Amino acid sequence: MKTVLSLTVNGVAHDDVIPDNMLLVDYLREKTGLTGTKIGCDGGECGACTVLIDDRPRHACLTLAATCQDSRIETVDGLSRDSRLTALQRGFNEKLGAQCGFCTPGMIMASEALLRRNPDPSEADIRDALAANICRCTGYVKIIEAVQFAAQELASGELAS
Amino acid sequence: MNEMTPVQSVGVAKPLVDGPEKTTGKAMFAADFQAAETLVGRILRSPVAHANITAMDTSKAEALPGVHAVVTEADCSDTYGVLPIAMNEWALARGRVRYRGEPVAAVAAVDVATAQRALDLIEVTYEELPAYFSAEEARAEGAVLLHDDKPGNIERDAEFDLGDVDKDMAEADLVREIEVKCSEVCQVQMEPHATFAEYDGARERLTIRPSTQVPFYVHKMLARTMGMAEGHIRVIKPHIGGGFGSRTETLQSDLIAGLLARKARATVKVVLSREETFITHRGRPESHITMKVGMKSDGTITAVDFTVQQRGGAYSGYGIVTILYAGSMIYGLYNISSARFQGLRVLTNTPPCGAFRGHGTVKTRFAFEGLIDDMARELGLDPFAVRRANLLAAPTMTENDLLVNSYGLDQCLDWVEKASDWQARKGKLPANKGMGMACSHYISGASKPKHWTGEPHATIHLRVDWDASITLLTGAAEIGQGSSTVMAQCVAETLGVDMSRINVVSSDSALTPKDNGSYSSRVTYMVGNASIDAAQNLKARLIEAAARKLEIATDDVECLGEVYRGGQQDQGLTFDEVVMEALAGEGTITVKGTFDTIPESWGGRKYRGAAIGGTMAFSYAAQVVEVTVDPYTAEITVDKVWVAHDCGKALNPLAVEGQVQGSVWMGMGQAMSEETGFHEGLPLAANMLDYRVPTIIESPPIEVGIIEAADPHGPFGAKEAGEGSLSGFLPALTNAVADAMGVRACELPLTPDRLLELLEKKARDGGANSDRGAA
Repeated sequence: MKTVLSLTVNGVAHDDVIPDNMLLVDYLREKTGLTGTKIGCDGGECGACTVLIDDRPRHACLTLAATCQDSRIETVDGLSRDSRLTALQRGFNEKLGAQCGFCTPGMIMASEALLRRNPDPSEADIRDALAANICRCTGYVKIIEAVQFAAQELASGELAS
Repeated sequence: MNEMTPVQSVGVAKPLVDGPEKTTGKAMFAADFQAAETLVGRILRSPVAHANITAMDTSKAEALPGVHAVVTEADCSDTYGVLPIAMNEWALARGRVRYRGEPVAAVAAVDVATAQRALDLIEVTYEELPAYFSAEEARAEGAVLLHDDKPGNIERDAEFDLGDVDKDMAEADLVREIEVKCSEVCQVQMEPHATFAEYDGARERLTIRPSTQVPFYVHKMLARTMGMAEGHIRVIKPHIGGGFGSRTETLQSDLIAGLLARKARATVKVVLSREETFITHRGRPESHITMKVGMKSDGTITAVDFTVQQRGGAYSGYGIVTILYAGSMIYGLYNISSARFQGLRVLTNTPPCGAFRGHGTVKTRFAFEGLIDDMARELGLDPFAVRRANLLAAPTMTENDLLVNSYGLDQCLDWVEKASDWQARKGKLPANKGMGMACSHYISGASKPKHWTGEPHATIHLRVDWDASITLLTGAAEIGQGSSTVMAQCVAETLGVDMSRINVVSSDSALTPKDNGSYSSRVTYMVGNASIDAAQNLKARLIEAAARKLEIATDDVECLGEVYRGGQQDQGLTFDEVVMEALAGEGTITVKGTFDTIPESWGGRKYRGAAIGGTMAFSYAAQVVEVTVDPYTAEITVDKVWVAHDCGKALNPLAVEGQVQGSVWMGMGQAMSEETGFHEGLPLAANMLDYRVPTIIESPPIEVGIIEAADPHGPFGAKEAGEGSLSGFLPALTNAVADAMGVRACELPLTPDRLLELLEKKARDGGANSDRGAA
């Protein structure tokens, strides 16, 4: 069975005919060609596919695309505007929150959701918000520092993301 | 102009040169490549652990509409393997399968559903053989041989007997023994294995993008397996989502992608599932170690006598090297003269093990550091005092002929002792809390490469053209560890220019010089040195050009990086002007830099395999781990880790911290929760949840102290930073648990059920073998 899916991805409207069983992550990577969202596991283990659906962080690998009718999807590919990195992207870059970079899209999107709902998170808040995202390079220490860096930059009004 | 100085790039915290791609989603990993009409490659895997293949029929699969290629062993020209002396794998099983999940056939089809249906149509007849899932079963009398040329299912028995162990053991004041068992662990890098292969049928050329740490080895093995000329294959390394040793040898999926692309004469993408990535394995073997140590009452170690048995899995892989490291690396950390080692690498019907971060050294270090901690307690000595009683004095050669040219372990000990406030706090923590410490070390690359061709260990090209930018061409594989950044730093520092002038092109066999790859922590040391050499050669060319233009002698040219001048009063030439002059009449400049190891570092000849362990420089590390143990659930919380790492010189302090934190944390997973486990050859934990990779919730703060005991031959004095801190975590943790609860953990991972058993046994025994009881 097929569905006509209407939604926005990073602010761009899409109308696509998709199979009902298509996962959101496959829709994003294969239909829209946005490969920033990664697949690191066989379903719900690692969080590398985290995207925002109407501002909420979700595993795109556990979400059927057909359930996203009229939704607003945001992925890592659409974060930076005018080629300028957002505070979170700068944090992950400058604090070395990204080593191999494979978990980074999911980490950044989960962090983005956190900072939207809580601009001044404690370390415990950050740990809580990233509990479903696995990183194998950093031991998470510099990921926490990256999110703290972004929160401070945003608080000082540097650049809203 | 007087105040102008060369730009400093080394010793400065630098973000990764490829960081922006990674944080914007633009970095292209193998699975991200897509071309029109890309076919899906899928692999049929053995459902049994050990069997002869008596028949295979692929005709129905081949006839299925949408299927473009089916490949089997018949499409393979030869075996493959990472060690030239032990190439006994086929990309697709020939005649026999030796572990559950071994690739048997593969298809390329228009989509996933068609590929899957095609796999279901392949008929394979298996005649099952007895399968052995433990080293003991495989070694038993009368066991069926996995490989006819490996009697007793022994991949390699390794041994040495140096000094006079029996005499020195007899002279000890205290002799104690320990027996440890460590589970098998897997790298679980974030990116599942993937390969994107394009075959140009008109020209009979293959272009392939494998997720690998070793593009050169993959290149060689593709040519061998496919029977193709090496020059007809182009290997381009995409972004790599971590490695930790899982991709330090060619994987079947790389070869299968090439075979499918050629047979389909098309573009094929093979992306493994996480479960398949676990089954591909190449992780750290299950190990059983017995160790006896003799110690004087002042803590001086007199002798070490130990055995290591590793369950290696079904094929040779790196096995010979792994078992040799497990022995040789008893040396190089402390001043030990007499040591006896017996090692056995056993072939079993489980996925092949490989070269996991800290290759071969980790479990031996766990046994040793736990044992000497107990002996220190028995002798009434502080754990730091015991380590300090056995320090080396560099430069020196160890008893097994390993060169130790720089040595910062003493400074590492001082740093962690002070940072953790050990002397004030140890023994005074509340109930169920404890502190433990341990030391470790690792090589900066093997001084004798596996493929000994007589070439330098590393080669770098620098190209400068009309735009005055510098292109750094390297075969070294950037896999997330920051190698491209370190090389750019080395070149920028040598030239005194800003790093933004340098563009790094990493690992494209059509463009970049050959490199052996990213493993054994060789890149910073070897490729860093080659980068400096290349930059010096370029600088000499630029100084010649500046001298010509300024009409002065080359010796009189003062190079300030962005300005070349004849003296303080001279306005001089900008870098761009110097480049223009250098290009005049000559065109694009390409210079080369190389690095070779020195013969003293090649390891010895005192026993078979004694070259394993030979390196230009060792890194050193010490760490203190503080834990809280729940006495009822036996759950361990790591409250804090302090770790000091001697990397010679922190070329990029930010990256060194990141590497050390990552190493310690990876040691934590292995120590506390991670294990593969099999039931009749079926993986029990082939996903990241059951395998129990630590999450951010249970991961501790890790404070890093950088120690710089400069190495005389290292690039700006640098040594490795990415592996040496791993192995110390395991014993530091169990030493902390011993401090908190009075029990010695000898089996890893130390899960709550294993610790609870120890606590209950201690309670039954009435608290014996304990110096500080639980609450």
